[in-house]
Amino acid sequence: MHELALCQALIDQVDRVARQNSARRVVSITVSVGPLSGAEPKLLEHAYAVAAAGTVAEHATLHVETVPVTVRCRTCRAETAAAPNRLLCGACEDWQVDVIAGDEMLLQRVEIETADEPAH
Amino acid sequence: MCRDCGCSLGPSVARAPFAPPSTASKHAQVHVESIEVITKILDANDRVAAHNRGHFDAHRVVAINLMSSPGSGKTALLEATIKALQGELKVAVIEGDLATENDAARIRACGVPAVQIQTGNACHLDAQMVHDALDELPLAGLDVLFVENVGNLVCPASFDLGVHRNVTLLSVPEGDDKPAKYPVMFRGADLALITKVDLLPHLEEFSVERARASLRHVGFAGQVIELSKRGGTGFEAWLGWLRDEVASRRAAAA
Repeated sequence: MHELALCQALIDQVDRVARQNSARRVVSITVSVGPLSGAEPKLLEHAYAVAAAGTVAEHATLHVETVPVTVRCRTCRAETAAAPNRLLCGACEDWQVDVIAGDEMLLQRVEIETADEPAH
Repeated sequence: MCRDCGCSLGPSVARAPFAPPSTASKHAQVHVESIEVITKILDANDRVAAHNRGHFDAHRVVAINLMSSPGSGKTALLEATIKALQGELKVAVIEGDLATENDAARIRACGVPAVQIQTGNACHLDAQMVHDALDELPLAGLDVLFVENVGNLVCPASFDLGVHRNVTLLSVPEGDDKPAKYPVMFRGADLALITKVDLLPHLEEFSVERARASLRHVGFAGQVIELSKRGGTGFEAWLGWLRDEVASRRAAAA
């Protein structure tokens, strides 16, 4: 279960964004994760609760967007969906394909709360 | 500070506790804004990995990460490899385990330097752990550095260590469908070793052909070598692969 290490890396980045933008708190965090990244969305959510405790992200909601695996065939150029353990072209069944989505693990956006002092 | 190159990359430092800006008064207008970031979650690890690779390249060392489930024969393969390459290539090993110095002791008994990383409860090595281990392991004069990752087919796959090649072992008793069960690990490998093939006569359910097909289906496009116990089938092919790696890296550096 390396998801705790992933969440700690995630919160380091969120912490940096919050400081750079003078956030009072973080409202939500959106990440996108493909099955070929090796991260399991459910485990990320569990680990996040542990990793976020006592940090800027303590009360923030984590949104995990899962990105399906998409391959592009080197033979027929078709772009099709594929299972992580069956990376074959959905059109011609060739196994010479490039993964064009589904192996990413990205921090997409951070929603923060800031405060403006009224002009006197 | 990094002892090897004097750069500012030191051991990882705990982040300071977050304190919200104290200026906000009760009259402050609170609003929520959304900030697009789009960075890799493992960005910090990847940067340390690139740094490690820089060290290896500067010393013309080929770094190879060995990964597999526990008990598939990583340490035994290293022992046999070190003996076979004695006097030809200078080898050192970084060993990753949750606990114990056992594997490093086995490697040292072969007469080469070994550093043991004890990960505690961590199920994988990351680039920072490898960087810390390099403090205890002079790279000068080495030809090959092996990193024996924690025995685990899941977690190590997500962390770039800065090595040049990833080698994944699959032993016959584990079953020929391991690549289908752990696609991320096998997809990321440059070389796959099917180990303990001397057990094939006793384990008829394992088909080398099915294992090869399973590897192809997860997008593995590298070479597959079948290995039996120390020094038998396939061992020369493995040594040949290693020698080619060393030769091509030397040619690239020249």
